[in-house]
Amino acid sequence: MSDTPAQSVAFVRETQIPPSPPPASESGALKWARDNLFSTPLNGIMTIVALFLIWRLLDFAVPWIANGVWNSDSLAGCREALDGAVGACFSVLTERWNQLLFGFKYPSELYWRPSLAFILLFVAAAPVLFSMLPRRLLYFTGIYPFLAYWLIWGGTILIPIVALLGFVVGYFVFRSLEAKSFAGAMGGAVVGAIATWWIGGFVSEAAASVLAFEPVASRDLGGFMLNMILGTVCVSLSLPLGIVLALGRQSDLPIIKFICVIFIEFVRGVPLITLLFVANVVLAYFLPPGTNFDLILRVIIMITMFSAAYIAEVIRGGLAALPRGQYEAADSLGLDYPQAMRLIILPQALKISIPGIVNVAVGLFKDTTLVSVISMFDLVGMIRGPILASTEWNGVYWELFSFAALLFFVVCYGISQYSQWLERQLQTDHR
Amino acid sequence: MSTLADPPSESFRLSMLLNDTRYRSLTFQFIALMLLVAAIAYLGSNLVSNLRAAGLNISFDFLRDPAGYDINQRPIEYTSQSTHLRASIVGILNTLIVAFLACITATLFGVLAGVLRLSNNWIIARLMSVYVEAFRNVPVLIWIIIIFSIMTVSLPGPREFRGENPTASMAFFESVAFTNRGVFIPGPNFTNPLFASAGLNWLLVLAVLVASWFGARMLAKWATDRHEATGIRPTTWYYSLAIWVVPVAALLSLMGLTWEYPELRGFNFQGGIQIRGSLIALWFALAIYTGAFIAENVRAGIQAIPKGQTEAAASLGLRPNRIMSLVVLPQALRVIIPPLISQYLNITKNSSLAIAVGYMDVTGTLGGITLNQTGRAIEAILLLMLFYLVISLSISAVMNVYNNAVKLKER
Repeated sequence: MSDTPAQSVAFVRETQIPPSPPPASESGALKWARDNLFSTPLNGIMTIVALFLIWRLLDFAVPWIANGVWNSDSLAGCREALDGAVGACFSVLTERWNQLLFGFKYPSELYWRPSLAFILLFVAAAPVLFSMLPRRLLYFTGIYPFLAYWLIWGGTILIPIVALLGFVVGYFVFRSLEAKSFAGAMGGAVVGAIATWWIGGFVSEAAASVLAFEPVASRDLGGFMLNMILGTVCVSLSLPLGIVLALGRQSDLPIIKFICVIFIEFVRGVPLITLLFVANVVLAYFLPPGTNFDLILRVIIMITMFSAAYIAEVIRGGLAALPRGQYEAADSLGLDYPQAMRLIILPQALKISIPGIVNVAVGLFKDTTLVSVISMFDLVGMIRGPILASTEWNGVYWELFSFAALLFFVVCYGISQYSQWLERQLQTDHR
Repeated sequence: MSTLADPPSESFRLSMLLNDTRYRSLTFQFIALMLLVAAIAYLGSNLVSNLRAAGLNISFDFLRDPAGYDINQRPIEYTSQSTHLRASIVGILNTLIVAFLACITATLFGVLAGVLRLSNNWIIARLMSVYVEAFRNVPVLIWIIIIFSIMTVSLPGPREFRGENPTASMAFFESVAFTNRGVFIPGPNFTNPLFASAGLNWLLVLAVLVASWFGARMLAKWATDRHEATGIRPTTWYYSLAIWVVPVAALLSLMGLTWEYPELRGFNFQGGIQIRGSLIALWFALAIYTGAFIAENVRAGIQAIPKGQTEAAASLGLRPNRIMSLVVLPQALRVIIPPLISQYLNITKNSSLAIAVGYMDVTGTLGGITLNQTGRAIEAILLLMLFYLVISLSISAVMNVYNNAVKLKER
């Protein structure tokens, strides 16, 4: 019997049973919700509380935004249009966008100039931020600060050209003397640049109308433009200053080290607001009698000093994190101090410090709102000053501050996302 | 190497100052020092000539003159007849008050958000990420002003609490009033105080609490000794509860503690403690903003502990909460505490933004009204910076002591 099983067994399955779907509780959204939202009783309670809070928020925010009034000329007009319903009065943004972005005194027919400078900022920043772009673009980056100055402040193009020329002359003097001695080349470059500026000063004064834009005074700058100017200028100036301070603090020369330590610790120990007070009321006492510095220039000096001290500490961390062998290897190759720093130490130290530097840059950009305290009309200053004080828009808090918060969020979040991307790009170690 | 003879000593030449590494460092330092001295001399001479032109001099005598302005939040006695010095001290105390409150609250928010961001609850983790990113990327000044607007614009005025059908009512069993002039909460009062001054009475309460703390510690030490000697840990929680509660309760009832409730009298609430909108705005904005940063520090600290540590502890048979308290936390704290302390420093420095909402901290009194009234800009700002420097340096000193205490002992 055993050799004919087919005849003795009534039924033999010839195909495999298709696998049955997992039970509903073990698959799909339900399984995901059980794992991620309701894994324990406490988690379940937290999920419900969180959902409730989100619902409450949306319940308020969605009609507020959806019912928003975009085209009335005052808060009273908004209230009329809303007729008792909950809704935002976004008309203040459509009505006053120019003041929020450019300040209330920048001539409105010249808005294209700072806007162009803003767009070109991306072109100038791109080769610095993304190393895969052609290196030629860096020339534009070099020209950009002078171009942006000319666009925003106006006046003759000779002033930025002379300023640029000074740097170019300094660079060539440096290149020609570099082989002999680094210190001598630096000194020569400074002398060359100053001589160029001195001579160029006469030229640009004599020909003040060559390719001149209508000049705009510094005190007429305002709005988010002022935040952007302060942020970009101060970050780019404080980076080299911060590197110098960090190197000074790590230096073997006791006097230089002492000066750097005192400067860094002092600046880091006081709030930025006191430094802005210094810029506002005290700095004038320390300048030669009769000089009248722009307030914006004084503020730029102070904020640059402030962020340079923080960047110096970040870079010092990077320098300290480098293995001692890197310094010794540079010495054993016979490199002198500037060469060792430029070719071996700083590239690695700066790479380590990128996240910290970006943090400082983001913090600095946020801190540019503090200038509203010394009555400069940046974005926050514009909102609190001219706009909320006007009869039409007195009382429109939420729309304006949400707008300001959104602008800052977009910029700062963008920068921090970029820095995370860059960190991944620069990761050369194996994981 | 002794086989090498010393190089023949050369006579000193001037070019060696630049070309010989032995002297070059001296040259550079000399140049730096000269530049510094020259800069200081230049600025100083400008200062002297500017001051002479303006008919001013540097003097701190103005601190002894009557201030002539009012401060709305006075932790110590102060009238408009008090001196500028006293106004500055009131300002310093107000700075310390808001910094202290904000530090505690920020730590709470930060630890909670940092731990919850690592939670395996998807929605809570996302929510905390949104909180951290939203608050970290918007200037704290905007948060301060937004919360200040909520406090002063959205809350009802005291008059709305009045009448037969008031549009607003007090919260928490008629004890707390949220108004646009601040939050009124019940204030403690002693009916038969032991000392005349209220401060001394509270100091006594604090002393008792400190004594209780020492008592509780001694009890815990005794319990640990017993535990180690016998292997059985005596149950002590009710003893320690008694040590904490009984002495304070006895003292408070001896002094006759009563609560004074805020009441609507005239145009405003009277009695109890008034917490002004400016204080609340500054306190919560700093706490929420810095809390987002602390959350990141906490998360980084916990994630810095390798998983092997947890697994090793588990394989030793420790229970999950003992793993947390004995293995993970002590190591995570080493990573968390230094940035936490520098966040406290940031809170103290950012509290100078009080000037934006009219909270009278030291920047508002000494750096604000006193400066404007006396015109002593240099002196006032010098003192202001000195105050913040002292705070910063002392916090850094504390941090260094802590870092040395917890650093890995490597040999």
